[in-house]
Amino acid sequence: MDISLLIEKSTIVVVLFLITLGIAAYQTLMERKVAAWMQDRVGPDRAGPFGILQPLADGGKMFFKEDFIPKNAERGLFILAPGLAMFTAAMTGAVIPWGPPVEMVGRTIALQVADINIGILYVIGFASIGVYGIMIGGWASNNKFSLFSAIRTSSQMISYELAMGIVIITIVLMSGSLSVATIVEQQHGFWADGYFTWNVFKQPLAFIIFLVTSLAECNRAPFDMAECENELIGGYHTEYSSMKLGFFLFAEYVNLFISAAIIAALFFGGYNFPGMDNFSGITLSILGTLVFFAKTVFFIFVFMWIRWTLPRFRYDQLMHLGWKKLIPLAMINLVITAVVIAFTSGWFSEDKKAAATVEVEQKQPTAVLNNASDSRASGSFRVNLNH
Amino acid sequence: MSEFKQNTKPAVSLSQETIDGDIATLNLGPTHPATHGIFQNILQVDGEKILSSEQTVGYIHRAFEKIAERRPYYQITTLTDRLNYCSSPINNIGYVLAVEKLLQLEVPKRVDYMRVIMMELARIADHLICNSVTGVDTGALTGFTWVFIQREKIYELYEEVCGARLTTNMGRIGGFERDFTPAFHTKLQAFLKDFPKVFNQFDGLLSRNRIFMDRTIGTGAISAERALNYSFTGPNLRATGVDYDVRVMNPYCSYEDFDFDVPVGTDGDTYDRFQVRQEEIRQSLRIIQQAYDNLPEGPYHADVPEFYLPPKEAVYNEMEALIYHFKIVMGETPVPVGEVYSSVEGGNGELGFYLISHGDRSPYRLQFRRPSFIYYQAYPEMITGQTISDAVLTLSSMNIIAGELDA
Repeated sequence: MDISLLIEKSTIVVVLFLITLGIAAYQTLMERKVAAWMQDRVGPDRAGPFGILQPLADGGKMFFKEDFIPKNAERGLFILAPGLAMFTAAMTGAVIPWGPPVEMVGRTIALQVADINIGILYVIGFASIGVYGIMIGGWASNNKFSLFSAIRTSSQMISYELAMGIVIITIVLMSGSLSVATIVEQQHGFWADGYFTWNVFKQPLAFIIFLVTSLAECNRAPFDMAECENELIGGYHTEYSSMKLGFFLFAEYVNLFISAAIIAALFFGGYNFPGMDNFSGITLSILGTLVFFAKTVFFIFVFMWIRWTLPRFRYDQLMHLGWKKLIPLAMINLVITAVVIAFTSGWFSEDKKAAATVEVEQKQPTAVLNNASDSRASGSFRVNLNH
Repeated sequence: MSEFKQNTKPAVSLSQETIDGDIATLNLGPTHPATHGIFQNILQVDGEKILSSEQTVGYIHRAFEKIAERRPYYQITTLTDRLNYCSSPINNIGYVLAVEKLLQLEVPKRVDYMRVIMMELARIADHLICNSVTGVDTGALTGFTWVFIQREKIYELYEEVCGARLTTNMGRIGGFERDFTPAFHTKLQAFLKDFPKVFNQFDGLLSRNRIFMDRTIGTGAISAERALNYSFTGPNLRATGVDYDVRVMNPYCSYEDFDFDVPVGTDGDTYDRFQVRQEEIRQSLRIIQQAYDNLPEGPYHADVPEFYLPPKEAVYNEMEALIYHFKIVMGETPVPVGEVYSSVEGGNGELGFYLISHGDRSPYRLQFRRPSFIYYQAYPEMITGQTISDAVLTLSSMNIIAGELDA
């Protein structure tokens, strides 16, 4: 491996990690300030001007608390759970392109830890593993309230990740790539070929479903079944104290940040902004990164706005919404998208046979995947291909 | 004390299902965020569904009825403060009305109107807490803080009248300790002007919110018949469709002078209870406005020197006043022998005071009819078959206050 590549990547990893942690820490302050603003209160303002040292004070406090493990808890898993939650939360950020590539010292540096070709699958995969932290923590605590929370969380995850996955398939279908970097690149600028380039304008329904499922994925209100304090006391972290509790809370905020970033990347053009072609080089990179963070912070705000406005669903109503409403909607959206793409790319037209062949070649991997996984579904697909 | 008789239901026993591991026992309380106060629910749950539950009361029982038997009449108001501490003035004035009924006192019209204003303010405060906490238990915290700012205004009004905020000890036998101050008038006018706006915002946040409606409609319901069998009163009974209101059925404090509606629900579920309380807040505002606009001039207490403390100035300068002051403080004024029941429409329902006097300095027996205690009997029936989330919501929407439950 090239040594300069190693330095470049390690720098990005360290910087990204610090930024993620920093943002997660300051999200707690932001949340409290937003809540205070919505509730006609002042919010934290004692630690430093406008309370900007509050997250440090909170974190410091956590370290000095007694680290208590209940007698009948499953000790190993009890300790593992918060670490798992934190680890998976922090890992997700690796595939998000934080800004346009930078030209520096004769190299093109991608502002992304890893542009892996299955980037989106990676994100979903890690988000799913993240729930294990909560499940294990809830189970290992040996507390009924924690266990209820663990059950709620796992069933919630099952119902919502399906809809989320289908929505992501829609986006993948449009972009023809699983790489987050490619998806963001395709939303270049703001306006091209007589239409908006950002996915939110092409897939508004998908965006709404994705926003809802992200809320559920982050265990945020109105889907905060897992820790609804009025029913389950603290949910899965009822028995946790000290920095283990801190890790759980922190992981939640990291997840929130990552979710907001993914929404910004998949639907709101990532680092793209109107008029970006007027800039180039390092200026473009800096502006793009700032734009991306601005979009992310906006979505974090939206998440908080929702949290402090809406009541919470009941557990069964949440399943109802997931299975009976969001998944069918996402399916319909997927089918419509697929049909429209098939028509516009000319699969059904006789006189555009040449174009169709090209399309077919490009789409071949998807078709093969379908063939392998589900023969019934691929039957109709093959007819189209042979056409 | 017949009301403390043992719960006749059999204690929860281990069934075969429990042994097989399908059913869990869950302690909702005594210290749980949903039990606003301290009381225990032992639930048998299958997953999140409640199969049966058993209630325990008495965690903050303070033997008020017994203490009242040792205190002079004028010192018992402080005990009533601590029943439903969300609406202390109603308790205070309700007790004072019972004593006045025993003494057969006539109070001036102005006192009646002042009492109505204070009691309706207290009702607003009580209903605000109940409804906003119902919101909090569904996860919507914002409306709660909005209306709490308004409740703070009501507490400032209490302060102007009696100097205290939560445990008000407001009102004296025969009237009030002092007249409404000029600051009270300013603050009440400001409150009447500002409150409806904030209240409508709060209403808009929850009343027609789809999630809130889904959470509350059809949950924790009780039929009118069952509610009457349990002797429900107040908003919880009216939510089932029975228009029983002590203010209308048996007017006290000149309630017959005011024009107001008694809202009723249809299904007796959590949503109906919420809406009935919302509407009652509006009606209370109407009553306050009417009482304040027509507030008669005159003395703010009845002319009963043997029960109403004379002003300090008079005590130091007049023989008569000194004697009465001494006799009242030492509890030596003669009280007729008798037995009265007097009730007011409390924040939670019919708050009754059953008072037996043998002519001593203290009541022979004073019993509080505490609506929360009655509602809590029906709680197991209302939550069986529902989920834990519904149980929490039902509890908060019935406004069971631990202080009133246990007395």
